[in-house]
Amino acid sequence: MYWVASFAILVAMALMLVRAVKGPTVYDRVLSVNSFGTKTVLLLGVLGFLMGRPAFLDIALLYALINFIATIAILKFFRYGDLSGMMHGDDPARREAE
Amino acid sequence: MMLAAAASAEVGSEVTPSTPEVVGFTGAFAVELCLLALLAATAVAMIRMRRLFGVAMLSGIYSLLSAAFFVALDAVDVAFTEAAVGAGMSTVLLLSGIALTAKVEMPVSRTRTIAPLIIVGVTAAALVYATIDMPGFGDANAPANAYVGRAYIEQTPSDIEVPNVVTAVLASYRGFDTFGETVVVFTAGLACLLLLGAGAIRGGGRNDDGEH
Repeated sequence: MYWVASFAILVAMALMLVRAVKGPTVYDRVLSVNSFGTKTVLLLGVLGFLMGRPAFLDIALLYALINFIATIAILKFFRYGDLSGMMHGDDPARREAE
Repeated sequence: MMLAAAASAEVGSEVTPSTPEVVGFTGAFAVELCLLALLAATAVAMIRMRRLFGVAMLSGIYSLLSAAFFVALDAVDVAFTEAAVGAGMSTVLLLSGIALTAKVEMPVSRTRTIAPLIIVGVTAAALVYATIDMPGFGDANAPANAYVGRAYIEQTPSDIEVPNVVTAVLASYRGFDTFGETVVVFTAGLACLLLLGAGAIRGGGRNDDGEH
């Protein structure tokens, strides 16, 4: 049963990969990477049970944290053009709103 | 990342995976094959893609895939380093580099790709040739598992009392070594920050807010 689950996740990963390669817009790519990270977390969880070592779940949780930070960094880069845009207090979004 | 790879290779050579499995077409083996196929597909897509933002995204996917592959091979510490450095840090560094340089890779003429292709092919052939002499996965008589590795496995439960042998080796038996590595990684991170992050250069050629 774990095999079936892991293969379903692998198929989903392949679909994410297709979207990351073809994705017409940047948001498709960002979303595919974020979703790919989620699939990795799921795959690690399933692999832990498949290989009889459920302690892998802890690692999967840490991956979820890393994935979150990476996605935030990517989105921030895309919004401000670089990663230290917030340091100026120069917020394009706020400027547009005013 | 090279440092992490070296450290993990060092660890991997002396710590045995728990149980040697019977070589055969098990479910875990099939999952590993699928992961390797996805890795190869990602690598080809990265080579063919010209828009560098997409390449950075694909490199993040590549790191996540190889991390999952390392976990499938029982190398959990390597996998975690790969996920933190590869998917987390290096994607951000690549994006910072893109912000400072160009968004699209220039096309390369066919003739200039021949020599690198030959070099890479020869290196890959040498590496594959080197794997022929290696002992089997989880072989108890392999040199890596025989001497100090066996001692670690036997003494860790009584010496250190943590369930994971890799953790015991990294954090206790070789605590100073790990400390030195951490300092090196920290220094490298500081250097990257100085080069890319909080300096005067901003992406797009804008140098400051007009104060100077």
